[in-house]
Amino acid sequence: MTTINPVPELVEGRSPGEKSRRWGSFYVAEHRLYAMRAYLQTLLVTGFGNPLLYLFGLGVGLARLVNVPVGGATYLEFVAPALLAASAVTVAGEEFSYPVLMGFKWNPIFFGMNAAPLSGLQIVNGMIISVFVRMFPTVGVYYAFMLIFGAVPRVTGVLDILVATLVGMSVGVMIMAYTATITEDHGQMAIIQRFILMPMFLFSGTFFPITNLPIYLQWIGWISPLWHGTQLGRVLSYGLAEPGWLTLVHVVYLIALAATGWILAARHFTKRLNS
Amino acid sequence: MPEAVITASLLTKKYKDFAAVDGISFEVAPGESFGLLGPNGAGKSTTMRMVGAVSTRTSGDLTILGLDPDLHGPEIRAQLGVVPQADNLDQELRVRDNLIVYGRYFGIPRRQVAKRADELLEFAQLSDRAKSRVDDLSGGMKRRLTIARALVNDPRILLLDEPTTGLDPQARHILWDRLFRLKEQGTTLVLTTHYMDEAEQLCDRLVVVDKGKIMAEGSPAALIKQYSTREVVEVRFGSEKNAKVAKLIKGIGDRIEVLPDRILIYSDNGEAELSEIIKRGLNPITSLVRRSSLEDVFLRLTGRSLIE
Repeated sequence: MTTINPVPELVEGRSPGEKSRRWGSFYVAEHRLYAMRAYLQTLLVTGFGNPLLYLFGLGVGLARLVNVPVGGATYLEFVAPALLAASAVTVAGEEFSYPVLMGFKWNPIFFGMNAAPLSGLQIVNGMIISVFVRMFPTVGVYYAFMLIFGAVPRVTGVLDILVATLVGMSVGVMIMAYTATITEDHGQMAIIQRFILMPMFLFSGTFFPITNLPIYLQWIGWISPLWHGTQLGRVLSYGLAEPGWLTLVHVVYLIALAATGWILAARHFTKRLNS
Repeated sequence: MPEAVITASLLTKKYKDFAAVDGISFEVAPGESFGLLGPNGAGKSTTMRMVGAVSTRTSGDLTILGLDPDLHGPEIRAQLGVVPQADNLDQELRVRDNLIVYGRYFGIPRRQVAKRADELLEFAQLSDRAKSRVDDLSGGMKRRLTIARALVNDPRILLLDEPTTGLDPQARHILWDRLFRLKEQGTTLVLTTHYMDEAEQLCDRLVVVDKGKIMAEGSPAALIKQYSTREVVEVRFGSEKNAKVAKLIKGIGDRIEVLPDRILIYSDNGEAELSEIIKRGLNPITSLVRRSSLEDVFLRLTGRSLIE
């Protein structure tokens, strides 16, 4: 007969659940990263392929056609910080949507985690950590391509990696907070992609300053984390001229959005797991 | 009786006006195998979620391992093993990896969890499927993997919600065998089921639950003794005739239950009652004399059968 030996760690002394309480978020991240290994190849191909294609297409192709300096920068320098931030948003759109819906519905691992000692907040944090582990290098690789293509005139541009990651996370936690409330799938994920992320990509001053838009469309830029991140990135990478207070608004807006999304996500997870 | 590992007193869970669990009280002793038997919707799973410290109670008292789940959820859950009604294995991971990531949730060091995963795979008779995808496992295998996963932290109490629902008979027997071994090793088992044979096989003691309330409590044998006779005669005369025939066999046995498809006659001597029926010139299409079961207890208590 097979006997199952007790786990010494849990039998001796230590208060039950103590390690889980302290490290639970990292255990969740570890789990998610295990799962990401299955599509590591895709991650690598898109991680290296996307910047190459976009920067080549826009920098070598479109930039020649446009060939108009924008606010003291070449078109490639103008567009690169936006593409960098958008690459982080793409990762966020992938990792905080379907995996969250699946975790509650089709592959309900979150309930399993919660039946173990992990809390809703720890699961949210674990998801954030695991996505960070994917997003940060993705953005880093993108930035390296920007350097190769000569799209970053200033040294401070390296901080764009952090800005882009912050943009990705602020959008991501909001998607996660919303997705955690979905009980029936009516294609909400596709709607987010098509009617929120896509317009945000197009109308956030990515390819042209939002002042080129009619005034009644400019609000999309003002509320868009992508616009705030892009403008902040431009200040750092080529010294976009804008009032100091506005730069501060970009930073505060992105942090506030990330914090709000994080609190909402934790609340929605906890509520759903403990109903 | 040693100090109980679970104590519920007037435990209640309401969803708006609906009471899913309506003031139930019970205790579970360490090493005991305790069951909640009742039909679907009786409130068994809701009770299990409260005992599993993932659902807060509306009122009443609940103590698990001496702790209040509302205040000490993670500490309690660290000492439980949970087999939910629907498997929630990670289908994106391989079989062995499922055990490893789950063991990590409890803070078990990597090297140790890998060793434990191998032991548990052997226990669950899944060693040769370690690298399989979860999707490729049969229903019974998935269930055994979920049980193995629930044991990864060496739990003091193992909660099993409908452990064999949806499994074919052979898979059920393999599973029962594994659970029986755990019982022999002294693991405290708490299980819900709507299968009377499962309850009889695995439970030292059980409560019969219906509509959120406890209808009876005791060992399977004691419940049968208290609420039923030793034997039951089942006769079928065809669905249209059953009710008519019921009048003609009045007085036979201790008690008669007329169901849509058959008549049950409760008695301590089934064969004698069956001969009496035949003596009266009534020829049933089929007849069967059997031992009383928990199904009969449930029927007696609620007037309904367990599986509807």
